[in-house]
Amino acid sequence: MTRRGMLDRRAAMATLLRDPGGLLVVTGLGSTTYDAGAAGDRAENFYLWGAMGAAAMLGLGLALAQPARRVLAVTGDGEMLMGLSSLATIAAQRPANLAIAVMDNGEYAETGAQASHTTLGTDLAAVAAACGWRATCTVDDEAGLEALRPRLRQEPLFAVIRIAPGEPTRFLPPRDGAYLQHRFRAALGVGP
Amino acid sequence: MTEPAWQDAVFAALKRAGVRQVAYVPDAGHSRLIELAHAEPDMRAVVLTTEEEGIALAAGAWLGGERAVLLMQSSGVGNCINMLSLPVNCRMPFLTLVTMRGEWAEFNPWQVPMGSATEGVLRLAGVHVHRAEHASEAAEMVAAGAALAFDSSVPVAVLFAQRLIGAKVFVK
Repeated sequence: MTRRGMLDRRAAMATLLRDPGGLLVVTGLGSTTYDAGAAGDRAENFYLWGAMGAAAMLGLGLALAQPARRVLAVTGDGEMLMGLSSLATIAAQRPANLAIAVMDNGEYAETGAQASHTTLGTDLAAVAAACGWRATCTVDDEAGLEALRPRLRQEPLFAVIRIAPGEPTRFLPPRDGAYLQHRFRAALGVGP
Repeated sequence: MTEPAWQDAVFAALKRAGVRQVAYVPDAGHSRLIELAHAEPDMRAVVLTTEEEGIALAAGAWLGGERAVLLMQSSGVGNCINMLSLPVNCRMPFLTLVTMRGEWAEFNPWQVPMGSATEGVLRLAGVHVHRAEHASEAAEMVAAGAALAFDSSVPVAVLFAQRLIGAKVFVK
């Protein structure tokens, strides 16, 4: 598992979120929040700037509350590792409208590029499968990413996207939690 | 085993408050509520591996227009501390019902440190705390806690005293 990913992380996020339509997007603390914002800030994006480990479970609560909408939780390997056991909790619920995409650079880019467990031996897609996720995959090139994009909007899928290490210029989306939640709920029409 | 009626009244209060997602870490003190939640067609019971998952679940539910509750034991409060920044920071409602351990005829010393710290930890993390000592006040306290949480958008914990639940019997 020491082979590093080659995909550009910001371009990969832009591909995943291209023409989002009504897709409800939850991002995890760190790079996925920045990159989803860079791909185009929108009310249906909910960015976590903290609460590390929350992204997948936040996606579950949202998916259960909005069964007619598609939910995509997209987070980094470090954030997913902190909420690793939520993969078991989510698999037990089998939400048909939730997909998780992990942008895996094998390191904690936010804190100085320390190696993460995915560099040190953990295979997140295999973990998800062992937790009961029926559909899992790992993608490491452009063609795979393009093929993944529609699947993330149709299937209860757990996907690992192997991205290159490194930090692009930071893009900072809104970070006020109250603003983000009111904006999100208003876009869904669920009241102030 | 006959369950005390107060737990049924607590469940009815949750139903009246419009709670749709019931997240829990299995707990003997909450077993009646858990059973009722699983049997209720208008609710989704979600078993967690660790308590902080329930805070993230509740935040997602709220984003999607649903109300949630987290059922846990006092030991689980310790697992939740950083995750409580989510409802506090996002000014979201959050409701949790906590069964207390380590405070009343406790047999297991390992329950005492977190049981002693539970209320203080919650308050320091920005959670409003109600504490039910008697069966007669539990349902009313849950109803009031739910109203405070969902109407005023704050995190609320209702603690059920160990005296109310009954100390766990280790040697039967």
